[in-house]
Amino acid sequence: MRSNTFKILLLGAAFVGASAVTASAGTLDEIKAKGFVQCGVNGTGLAGFGAPDDAGNWKGLDVDACRAVAAAVFGDPSKVKFTGLSAKERFTALQSKEIDMLARNSTNTMSRDTQLGITFTGTNYYDGQGFMVKKSLGVSSAKDLNGASVCVQSGTTTELNLADYFKSNGMTFNAVVFEKQEEADAAYDSGRCDAYTTDASGLYSIRLKMTNPDDSLVLPEIISKEPLGPAVRQGDDQWESIVRWTHYAMLIAEEFGVTQANVDEMKTSENPEVQRLLGVGEGVDFGTPVGLSKEWAYNVIKGVGNYGESFERNVGEGSPLKIARGLNALWSKGGLQYAPPIR
Amino acid sequence: MSRIETDTVFVRRDFLEPEAPPPSLGGFPGWARKNLFSSPLNIVISLLMLFVLVWTLPSLIRWLFIDAVWTGTDREACLPKNGEPVGACWAFVNAKLAQFTFGSYPADQRWRPSLVMILFFVGLAWVAIPKLPRRREGVWLMLTAFPVLTFWLLYGGLGLPVVETSNWGGLLVTLVVAITGIVASLPLGILLALGRRSKLPFIKIVSVVFIEVWRGVPLITVLFMASVMLPLFLPTGVNFDKLLRALIGVALFTGAYMAETIRGGLQAIPKGQYEGAASLGLSYWQSMRLIILPQALKIVIPGIVNSFISLFKDTSLVMIIGLYDLLGSIQRNFSDASWSTPSIAPTGLIFAAAVFWVFCFSMSRYSMYMERKLNTGHKR
Repeated sequence: MRSNTFKILLLGAAFVGASAVTASAGTLDEIKAKGFVQCGVNGTGLAGFGAPDDAGNWKGLDVDACRAVAAAVFGDPSKVKFTGLSAKERFTALQSKEIDMLARNSTNTMSRDTQLGITFTGTNYYDGQGFMVKKSLGVSSAKDLNGASVCVQSGTTTELNLADYFKSNGMTFNAVVFEKQEEADAAYDSGRCDAYTTDASGLYSIRLKMTNPDDSLVLPEIISKEPLGPAVRQGDDQWESIVRWTHYAMLIAEEFGVTQANVDEMKTSENPEVQRLLGVGEGVDFGTPVGLSKEWAYNVIKGVGNYGESFERNVGEGSPLKIARGLNALWSKGGLQYAPPIR
Repeated sequence: MSRIETDTVFVRRDFLEPEAPPPSLGGFPGWARKNLFSSPLNIVISLLMLFVLVWTLPSLIRWLFIDAVWTGTDREACLPKNGEPVGACWAFVNAKLAQFTFGSYPADQRWRPSLVMILFFVGLAWVAIPKLPRRREGVWLMLTAFPVLTFWLLYGGLGLPVVETSNWGGLLVTLVVAITGIVASLPLGILLALGRRSKLPFIKIVSVVFIEVWRGVPLITVLFMASVMLPLFLPTGVNFDKLLRALIGVALFTGAYMAETIRGGLQAIPKGQYEGAASLGLSYWQSMRLIILPQALKIVIPGIVNSFISLFKDTSLVMIIGLYDLLGSIQRNFSDASWSTPSIAPTGLIFAAAVFWVFCFSMSRYSMYMERKLNTGHKR
């Protein structure tokens, strides 16, 4: 689509003459040379995924994904710089090499994966449209919502999914449609609708803004697929593998009970899976072939903890959001998070 | 007063003490009658306004101050009490104040932007208050040494640790963008305005095209081009600083507007002034500098300040390219789950509005003061 000569002719030469960068070097080599990972996160902020704390440091599940990659590469989770991105500019920023990886609650879809020159490396949060209801309604499943009035934002796929779901379950509903999310929030809070629907991750943060957060309940049913995950540029398999396996390492660590606190003790574990994960033993080295150190996964867990810890800290019980693991539990506990083995 | 004489006319030699005006005309009742209740229409409007004030003020004051939460370390403090929502959550602003002022600037380095801000306001006062001595030197210092010093202090290098512009934020970014825009756009605007009135066709065409292109494009588009499109055209791996891109875009954009404001002033100068300057044997630049521009700029002070104020508020648009000005860093924090309560959004926005208002109102008052001061002699 964009040829190099064209670009350079058009503007490049006019702006910067001298500082040409060797195009052949891989992303990992470039990152090692500059000394940090440049990571794109949610610039407008999404509670639990990418938002600033009181001191202005980025915190969240997506932010942890970036820090984990930095830990895998450098052994230091702080060697990462964040670029706050809007929804519009996020993919361009990745294409134009402004960032090395994108972790900005982006849904993995076929068109994005195949047409934008980017590759999704996995799913760090299985999101999807859900329902929130007032506890006083006495409803425990979305199947019980027959005849309910539902607050929804207009013009989004949310509205469409809502209609589809009720139709396919042979139920009726009254949609109370709002132009802006704030209006829908206020309407639900004042009791104009029985239920509120949007992406589940959003429901939890909206619930916090209600007058009485504890009076509302997010129902377990998820009626659409929104797998959120990090993405990298297409065409650099080594870098893609690193980002992908960093997530897997965090999952495997949770599976075998390796935590930030006990990772040093676990080095003496007899479990061969744990030994391979932490790079313990003669000739056990899965890091070097992909350009990392032997202790890459140890560094990830030492730096940010396993997936479960990161989840609880940012969006789960350890955070105000209190999102249940649900689909994001390990596959062994009824969820979808599944990592191939290290061997 | 003891002049009692026989059968003569009485001549009063002293003036009577003036009577106090009737109570209905003096003091507050008089003022109110003259200004608020002088005609039936005014009576209706005044009563309506009074009603609106009585209706809104108490609940506003109640929300802002009485029911407000002043202290606290997380959302627990601002949660609704006994099912009743609390007022403004000032604890949120308090906890985030450093971030609203400096963004993610490292805490141990915050003395640097603080120092820059103090120096700036001291320098500004020196230059802006007419009674102070050596103002001419002050202007030169502010235009030459101060920017260099600011760059060194804010960015770092030469012994100071480097703080990348992606860590700058809050009021710091608002001030950097606004002040750079203001300082760069004035000379640019003057040159473009003169260029547009030039008799040399090339200069005229270049100026006209520049002004019309930049004026015809929304600032959001300019920023978006600078942030999203430019990287696609540059050779891969070459990155311009985002803040620098925004600064250049804002300066060029405001320059084009400024040019048209100043051209209005140039056109208001009578032809005799140009001819008079020419007959004195002054060169083009001399006549502009000594005769035309001082008069033209004085006329358009309201227009120039209008542009400055609008630029100051437009700095919020840098939010869409991922820079966090004052408003951006406040909004970004609405999604901090540890503060998420119903009242933080209105509180944060009112805080932003108040800060913006203080700056814009100061600019407005200063411009009115300058107008009065410069309005010596001929009144039009």
